[in-house]
Amino acid sequence: MAEKTITPEAVETTVREALAQFGPEPEEITLDATFEQLDVDSLDLAELSQIIEDEYGVKLKGEDVGKIKTVGDAVDLVVNRAG
Amino acid sequence: MSKTRPEGATALVTGASKGIGAAIALALAEDGWSVGVNYRSDREGAERTVKAIEEAGGRALAVGGDVSDANGVADELFGSLESELGPVLALVNNAGITADGLAIQMGDDDWNRVIDTNLTAAFRMTRRAMRPMIKARYGRIVNIASVVGPRANAGQANYAAAKAGLIGMTKTVAAEVARRGVTVNAVAPGFIATDMTEELPDAILDAVPAKRVGTPEEVAAAVRFLASDAAAYVTGSTLFVDGGMSA
Repeated sequence: MAEKTITPEAVETTVREALAQFGPEPEEITLDATFEQLDVDSLDLAELSQIIEDEYGVKLKGEDVGKIKTVGDAVDLVVNRAG
Repeated sequence: MSKTRPEGATALVTGASKGIGAAIALALAEDGWSVGVNYRSDREGAERTVKAIEEAGGRALAVGGDVSDANGVADELFGSLESELGPVLALVNNAGITADGLAIQMGDDDWNRVIDTNLTAAFRMTRRAMRPMIKARYGRIVNIASVVGPRANAGQANYAAAKAGLIGMTKTVAAEVARRGVTVNAVAPGFIATDMTEELPDAILDAVPAKRVGTPEEVAAAVRFLASDAAAYVTGSTLFVDGGMSA
């Protein structure tokens, strides 16, 4: 599968779509929303990492993913890792 | 709600050139799985297993690779099966070795290679297997443990540690992925008629209430059940196939 080009907008869309699969309503998924508020847990974040890796070829480390708290943090982590 | 097995789902059975692994490969193929028949050195045996599956109308592929090798063997095995047969949605960690000796005399080497093959390799394979399974919201992992581990067997401290570890890993990984439709269970055979048990003395049957050894097919039947849609709500469990030995 061809990897997508990383832009903050593209990553945000991917993250929002991925998180929506895990239960939260799409409108709840704002950049400021915390994973705790969204009821997104460590397995969800592991799956999100897998989706990011499949789509963008960016490998996220478990220790980095463990530190992020909000949807915006996740987008920043991917964009910074690529940059 | 439980899902049904997706079309084209493939099962990978490690150490499937003969004995229990070969019987498991055949049983899963009979149940409609495409099967990856893994072998380390016995290519001929693996090809025989594949041929038997094909003759019965199933699909199978022999895939060589030493699962105890830390250098990406899991990726290679899964990669070739994913491209040749279909998504790997069942994994049977069956490959195992013994290197017996009393603990007081056991060298690090014999300890390490049994732990590497019987436990660490199963972990690495499991880690790789969960990726497509979580994505598909469907998966079956079955670890072939042993009655040795839950109970003592003098001369097998390494094997017992690995097999008991496998049961512990089974339970924890099962809890981690249960809500993604992935089940993780163990099957614990007792004395089964294979090359590995050929040299056991007859007196060993005194410990078996059924007073006979089991067959590879009897172990395979348990794996077939745990890999089936019918077992969707069974996870983290250990199914003993041991003629009552652990009762």
